[in-house]
Amino acid sequence: MHIAVCIKQVPDSAQIRVHPVTNTIMRQGVPTIINPYDLFALEEALRIKDETGARITVLTMGPPQAEEALRKCLSFGADDAILITDKVFSGADTLATSYVLAAALKALDAQDPLDLIFTGKQTIDGDTAQVGPGIAIRLGHQLLTYVSKIRELDPANRHIVVERRAEGGVQVLRSALPAVVTMLEGTNEIRFAGMPDMFRAARQELKRWNRDDIAADLTQVGLKGSPTVVAQVFGPKPKAIKALRIEGDTPEAIAEAFIDKLFTDFPQLEAALLEHLDQLGQQGVTQ
Amino acid sequence: MSDALDTAAKPIKKPKRVLPERFKSYKGVWVFIEHEHGHVHPVSWELLGKGRELADKLGVELAGVLMGGDGDEIRAITAEVGAHGTDLCYLAQHPVLHDYRNQSYTLGMTELVNTYQPEILLLGATTQGRDLAGSVATTLLTGLTADCTGLDIDPSDRSLLSSRPTFGGSLMCTIVNLATRPQMATVRPRVMPMPARDPARPARVVEHALQLDESAIVTKVLDFIPDARADKPQLPFADFIVSGGRGLGKPENFQLVAELARTLGAEVGASRPAVHAGWADAERQVGQSGKTVRPKLYIAAGISGAVQHRVGMEGADAIAGINLDPGAPLFDFANYALIGNVTELLPALDKAFARRLATARTQRAQAHEEADRGEV
Ligand SMILES: Cc1cc2nc3c(=O)[nH]c(=O)nc-3n(C[C@H](O)[C@H](O)[C@H](O)COP(=O)(O)OP(=O)(O)OC[C@H]3O[C@@H](n4cnc5c(N)ncnc54)[C@H](O)[C@@H]3O)c2cc1C
Ligand SMILES: Nc1ncnc2c1ncn2[C@@H]1O[C@H](COP(=O)(O)O)[C@@H](O)[C@H]1O
Repeated sequence: MHIAVCIKQVPDSAQIRVHPVTNTIMRQGVPTIINPYDLFALEEALRIKDETGARITVLTMGPPQAEEALRKCLSFGADDAILITDKVFSGADTLATSYVLAAALKALDAQDPLDLIFTGKQTIDGDTAQVGPGIAIRLGHQLLTYVSKIRELDPANRHIVVERRAEGGVQVLRSALPAVVTMLEGTNEIRFAGMPDMFRAARQELKRWNRDDIAADLTQVGLKGSPTVVAQVFGPKPKAIKALRIEGDTPEAIAEAFIDKLFTDFPQLEAALLEHLDQLGQQGVTQ
Repeated sequence: MSDALDTAAKPIKKPKRVLPERFKSYKGVWVFIEHEHGHVHPVSWELLGKGRELADKLGVELAGVLMGGDGDEIRAITAEVGAHGTDLCYLAQHPVLHDYRNQSYTLGMTELVNTYQPEILLLGATTQGRDLAGSVATTLLTGLTADCTGLDIDPSDRSLLSSRPTFGGSLMCTIVNLATRPQMATVRPRVMPMPARDPARPARVVEHALQLDESAIVTKVLDFIPDARADKPQLPFADFIVSGGRGLGKPENFQLVAELARTLGAEVGASRPAVHAGWADAERQVGQSGKTVRPKLYIAAGISGAVQHRVGMEGADAIAGINLDPGAPLFDFANYALIGNVTELLPALDKAFARRLATARTQRAQAHEEADRGEV
């Protein structure tokens, strides 16, 4: 069995700063991490490897620095890594990103047929959750999104049964391989890297693929292949009125003054609050 | 647009793209009517409210797109689609569409789009909406903007302006698609206000017979396990929310948020760092990558008000912030600034609210008593 996992290197958003004067994002010195959602996908693939001895190839489309993220995946136990990198790929929206990843997956499949392709639920920088569906459509594979559990996996009979988070419940789906699975967060926890894998990860040759290696149609990649474009970047609009500062010498005085003002400005609020508490009292508070 | 955003930290001049002649026949605004087990997701109605506005600006019709299995239950929804402001409802019924499945719904939606050619297609950014939107956009090779918080029309070229936060914490961006049609966007539940419902308003129903074949649909639904509703936080529909952020400093302090929430019968919310620190459940995160809420009262304790948090809660009627820093971005859009330490202000608020509510209850009881006596 051969599994591909698509991962992305993203800025550690907790540490991004915006320049106070120019309002631009300060990228220098911002550490990068593997998109946290992709680790759930990788761990799920590693579990399948533990059970079946499957081979795992991780892929990313990104700048040369993304090599670091791939090596990290190798240290967790992935067998192979491919860095898809070419300057014509930059500026891609999700349509162009899924084109490049699908083209790379086709090339990989030709070398070593793929049974399963994992992606994360979404990235923390793009936050779109569109690349996984895009890959599935481009490859003509079944798409299983928001998967919380793989119940059955039978490579010999080419079938898979998963639990999928739907609105208001969990759908249990039976589908066929090869499939694209986007993993839900919180389903597992990435393992610690073992010593032998850490040594291997540091030494192993990574594959680097460019436009020729994936036989890319240049009208479909990068900015050219991206129908959506950013027209404007702006700061959020301040409201006409700034927040009213509640004055008071002690926390108690501030609290009292606030409630007075709140119930004066929003005269229905006090009654609504009482009524809400009455209803809760009848149902029993659920906290 | 993950990478497009990367390159777009500075304002950019409007890109020079021309809409090819063949796309100019695309007309009308569509909203996908999402339903699961007979229940329409409210985000569909919210989108119809916004869709009405966009359609009026463009001078075109607003349509709801309803797909589902055979039977009157689905057909009955068309009346509701009309009541929420549409001109017409496309209805495609087929046994294959009984349950939502990616392949069958993607086939259905792409056929409808290719047949009737809308210029705009909006979907809820729910698990179903996102699953479908990404697949339909890729099949049609058109642009899709995810998780928008604002939608508008550029009158100069009739293009859809989709706004969403961009990473970095304090910036928004507007994304356009000048090269392909339809222009697609997904929008979070509770971002757009619920439109007024007019049950007398009729919608034309356009039935479309889809050629689908169950044997060609690979994925089968084996089971559906409904959530146990009672034990899940219902943040998006809560009227009262008290949220805590990184400013609380430690898990013990987050308890202060829970205590005030208990007094108010409020749901507990959290900023992303508070969730990451493990102080609150992921279900409770408010913001761009969490829930969007529209309560009557939102109290934000130790939350700075970064744009990703703001877009999730600025639809609240009244917003109060508790913060040491009078310059916190939250106060650019909140109603009330309570300047001070959360460890002091939260307990003070808890006591003051409890006292106030007790007094109000006593007064109400007395008023009732007097009224009763008056009647005798
Ligand atoms: C793609 C992306 C998606 C995101 N999605 C979300 C999201 O869904 N929700 C979300 O919330 N964030 C989200 N974020 C993160 C967001 O940008 C901010 O980093 C986050 O909202 C900040 O959380 P905070 O206000 O709790 O922390 P901080 O920004 O650190 O603010 C803490 C505040 O507490 C105050 N404070 C400190 N100590 C005290 C005290 N003792 N008493 C009173 N006040 C005190 C400080 O003055 C400060 O204003 C996202 C970021 C990215 C890049
Ligand atoms: N540049 C990329 N390289 C590899 N995988 C990616 C890339 N961008 C997105 N993905 C995958 O697609 C998923 C969804 O991404 P997104 O649509 O950007 O939210 C991620 O969790 C990754 O698994």
